[in-house]
Amino acid sequence: MDESLLRALIPTVIGILGRRGADFAAAEDAVQDALVEAVRVWPDDPPRDPRAWLVAVAWRRFLDAVRADTSRQRREVRVDLEPPPGPGAEVDDTLQLYFLCAHPSLTPASAVALTLRAVGGLTTRQIAQAYLVPEATMAQRISRAKRTVSGVRFDQPGDVGTVLRVLYLVFNEGYSGDVDLAAEAIRLARQLAARIEHEEVAGLLALMLLHHARRPARTRPDGSLVPLAEQDRSRWDTQLIAEGVDVLQAALARDRLGEFQAQAAIAALHADARTAEETDWVQIVEWYDELVRLTGSPVARLNRAVAVGEADGARAGLAALAQLDPALPRHAAVAAYLHERDGDPVTAARLYADAARAAPNLPERDHLTRQAARLNAERRGRAEGRRDGRQP
Amino acid sequence: MAKYLLLKHYRGAPAAVNDVPMDQWTPEEVAAHVQYMEDFAARLEGTGEFVDSQALSPEGTFVRYDGEGRPPVTDGPFAETKDLIAGWMVIDVDTPERALELAGELSAAPGAGGRPIHEWLEVRPFLGAPPTITE
Repeated sequence: MDESLLRALIPTVIGILGRRGADFAAAEDAVQDALVEAVRVWPDDPPRDPRAWLVAVAWRRFLDAVRADTSRQRREVRVDLEPPPGPGAEVDDTLQLYFLCAHPSLTPASAVALTLRAVGGLTTRQIAQAYLVPEATMAQRISRAKRTVSGVRFDQPGDVGTVLRVLYLVFNEGYSGDVDLAAEAIRLARQLAARIEHEEVAGLLALMLLHHARRPARTRPDGSLVPLAEQDRSRWDTQLIAEGVDVLQAALARDRLGEFQAQAAIAALHADARTAEETDWVQIVEWYDELVRLTGSPVARLNRAVAVGEADGARAGLAALAQLDPALPRHAAVAAYLHERDGDPVTAARLYADAARAAPNLPERDHLTRQAARLNAERRGRAEGRRDGRQP
Repeated sequence: MAKYLLLKHYRGAPAAVNDVPMDQWTPEEVAAHVQYMEDFAARLEGTGEFVDSQALSPEGTFVRYDGEGRPPVTDGPFAETKDLIAGWMVIDVDTPERALELAGELSAAPGAGGRPIHEWLEVRPFLGAPPTITE
């Protein structure tokens, strides 16, 4: 059974229940029940019409829940037992779900969890495992999120920007559990791009594709990080790169630049270079200038300093870095890199060690520690070489 | 979201404001304290922020490798060890400010006289997963 085909049906089924009179929270619960049932039953007994099967089972679950609720609370619940003629196909249920699940009243973590469940069709257990929290905690996070958006009208157009930020988080901050969150983010971005003509949706999809293309080369088998310059570029996925570049070019042609398009353009320039030496750093600096202009982001300025260091030499990079707050995350790592390129391995080694202590995750810390260790070992080697009367 | 460890120390943290050993409390005060801790964890589960909570025995053994084919060497407990961890709670929250806020609330657990202990808790961020997009 192809689970992603099954999961692609989930938003539609939630939408159908909604048009039959179920509120979002109840519809979503019922469809989740049907989904769990489908995963159990379909491998042995695949339905002829998967969507109709899901609608029938979810609707039955919904009615059961309403009846239980009604008899418990002895109150009137107005639900049409027969589906009313819906308002028609002009409202795209799936698109509305994206907006609802990324509603600005939700915290980022709640929006991520709700999107993965209601739009992505993942089970609470899968989401909990992906984010390394207990299932009960994730269940509560999701039901709180549903309560938060319970008053939101389902037929109002939402803000694409909030949806994009949620998908970006799913892609960028994915842990490595059973569920491939990066692939899931790409699936959700593709599905969104098919429904809405928006240059930044395309920009984000391109950005994801171009970074996903490098995944086979990003880590060694032991999990350690391989910096971009050292990656085996023959292992980059050329199909994903080609698709990412196509999507990006179509977006840029609309001439409404946004931050995701600019980031994707930078990724595309890296993808273009057959070797690290061929990288067009001058153009990359120009895109970072755009990105800084668009976002004012300190992280973009920091990355720009690296690019300036490559385009105009380490001195220029250090000058760009000197204008930034040293308290920025990864500032010491960038400073270390630029000092090494500037021929000052002693300062670089010290800064790499500082950066390792401040690293926000283990693979980065290990990588920075190895950089410091490499420079210190080279220095010891030179000192021994001098003692032995060899050339340094 | 980021995970934080709220660490409670038997020893090693600065003295609490309401610093009376637990065995000097009344049984009702002990019960109220335990209830507060349980309610706190239940509330965090309700907000979708709870990950784990554990208490540790103060008795520990130090162990080290002693070479191929030899049993590990054990030692301790060391009465002079300055830092002694009593237990922890792991939370998963949106911001560092939220982690501090929750640690502050946990530190308000009632102690002697039913008054908050104001005990010092240590808040430590977890090292997370590396981001996919780095440039």
